[in-house]
Amino acid sequence: MDTTPIDLGSIDVLQVLDEHANVDASRDPNYERGQLVKMHRGLVLTRSFDQRMLTMQRQGEMGTFAPNLGQEACQLGQVIPLTADDWYSPSYRSFGAQLWRGWSIERLYKLWAGYHEGFPPPPDVNDLPFSIVIGSHVLPAVGIAMGMNYRSEPNCVVVNFGDGASSQGAVAEALNYAAVNTAPVVFVCENNGWAISTPLSKQSATNNLAVRGAGFGIPSIRVDGNDILAMTMAVDEAARRARAGEGPTFIEAVTFRMSLHTTADDPTVYREQELVDPWEARCPIVRFEHYLQRNGHLSQTEIARVHEECDAEVIAARDRFRADAVARPREIFDHIYGELPPELEAQKQAYLDRLDQKGVE
Amino acid sequence: MPQRTMVEALNHSLDESMGRDDSVCIMGEDVGINGGVFRVTKGLHEKYGDRRVMDTPLAECGIIGTAVGMAIHGLKPVTEIQFSGFSMQAFDQIEQNMARMRNRTQGRFPISMVMRAPFGGGIRAVEHHSESREAYWAHTPGLKVVIPSGPRNARALLNASIEDPDPVIFYEPKAVYRAFREDVPDEYETLPLGKANIVRPGSDLTVISYGAMMRVCNEAVDDLVDIHGVDVELIDLLSISPMDTATLAESVSRTGRCVIVHEGHQSCGIAAEIIARLNEHAFEYLCAPIRRVTCPDLPFPYFQTEKHFLPDADDVIAAVQETLAWE
Repeated sequence: MDTTPIDLGSIDVLQVLDEHANVDASRDPNYERGQLVKMHRGLVLTRSFDQRMLTMQRQGEMGTFAPNLGQEACQLGQVIPLTADDWYSPSYRSFGAQLWRGWSIERLYKLWAGYHEGFPPPPDVNDLPFSIVIGSHVLPAVGIAMGMNYRSEPNCVVVNFGDGASSQGAVAEALNYAAVNTAPVVFVCENNGWAISTPLSKQSATNNLAVRGAGFGIPSIRVDGNDILAMTMAVDEAARRARAGEGPTFIEAVTFRMSLHTTADDPTVYREQELVDPWEARCPIVRFEHYLQRNGHLSQTEIARVHEECDAEVIAARDRFRADAVARPREIFDHIYGELPPELEAQKQAYLDRLDQKGVE
Repeated sequence: MPQRTMVEALNHSLDESMGRDDSVCIMGEDVGINGGVFRVTKGLHEKYGDRRVMDTPLAECGIIGTAVGMAIHGLKPVTEIQFSGFSMQAFDQIEQNMARMRNRTQGRFPISMVMRAPFGGGIRAVEHHSESREAYWAHTPGLKVVIPSGPRNARALLNASIEDPDPVIFYEPKAVYRAFREDVPDEYETLPLGKANIVRPGSDLTVISYGAMMRVCNEAVDDLVDIHGVDVELIDLLSISPMDTATLAESVSRTGRCVIVHEGHQSCGIAAEIIARLNEHAFEYLCAPIRRVTCPDLPFPYFQTEKHFLPDADDVIAAVQETLAWE
């Protein structure tokens, strides 16, 4: 056998805008103002939505949900470079990305408040629904990319999952299937440091997750997930490669779960506040606002107005949601099969009779 | 009319389905140049190429999970799990995505795909190669479960499964793969899913079975009719889910007595479900308790023992006679 030592190469690490808002000028993509302002609004809207959801949950109006405070740049950066023909496969903490992709705020409220109609992606949006079981959506996302190859379509898929999901066997299989099939897929592994109470150190013996991609022969990169410019650039480059037939990319996006795992979680049980505090200074939105002000794209006043408008937008959407959301218990049999088999037809009739007896509409 | 084994008939189905529809593709371990370990996909790679006949990495969860994605993208993957015992590796993708995606997305992403897998005992195989766990899938909302018993219905049911808008678990009784030949026409043919077949009409007692056990039941019924003078009605279930309850109930309403035969083990098995449905739909016609002839609730034994483990014609005859004798 060949006894040459195996060279694993090196993995690039990308940061454009550091936590002090210093920009690496050689890497600044210099996006035009319109694009930058849109990105900023997306970040702020995501945070406004997150905060409104938390309030609504605490007031009993919302089911359990997973806040994404501090992960907004990571979320948006992974979908900003996508076209409408590309596909996106979110995880359950991806609502910033979902909003950017065209999910309405009301739809997401309905989703998390337990209304069936909130779950499917909007008809004109090429997204998968997320799946609650960690990492179980990654294989279907790769399958869509394999379908693009099958039909010679020049599009790509971005799939989002976390550091916890990186431990799932199905995710390892997904990486391998994508690599072997040169599937046009961008894996965004959003490493927020925590899987409920389990820190990364108990998830993996490696000090980074980008090596996971490299191990499957997938070009891999580690990116500052709180840097909207770096995230957008990295995904843009990976998406270009995918669409050009060059196969998958693995992006480890380093961020931090500032808030709760879900609203049913109490992080004080398992982590000290001292671990969280340093990340306050790494806020992706504050950092980007410094950049926008310094470059003359937005003034302090204009930034404040964006925050006010986004807060008003999520409240207006909440009011529409309240007026519009209706549970439809009579429709639960409608989408299990293309045509309802006789046995289920009988069960449906018995169920509807029961609703009639109870006076349920 | 050409005579084909079940393997040849299934191969014919895949070939004609791929010929009719470019979105039909095959995925699985060793399904390409090797033609599958049972040769069901023989010659298809040569004819349709890498694009449509995909040798996958050795990971069953990956086969089903990526096939779900391809189905979302409008393709019709026909996946092969090399032995049904290996489908446990794919359980999460079958349960969490394949079966649920249509419902989860309120109809936006129906999953039209097939999971083919050889199942059942009788070929002197090693562990995990002889299971009959169709009850798992019949218990899973959103799936259909189809089990042919011979070459002609195998071909017609596979065609129908590929055409079906919902995910189908297609279990192939491998003990029948090369056991006999029968007429299988060249012309495209389908059978409706969810419809049982009355193989032999009779008036004394109904025997219900499916898959490889149909051979055992045929042998038993021949003896019962010819030697014992019992007029048995024999029903081949063909679809486990949806199940043709109407045909079963109508039959038992006429005969008043019923024996159910399957390889899958007893508790919470398909026979238990059939008995429950007959209680609901034909109770007042029953003249005797319904009996089931199944494997015991054990992992499938090593193959020196399998012929004692699997039901045989004598077991069926004994159960029929006991049921007839009950007063």
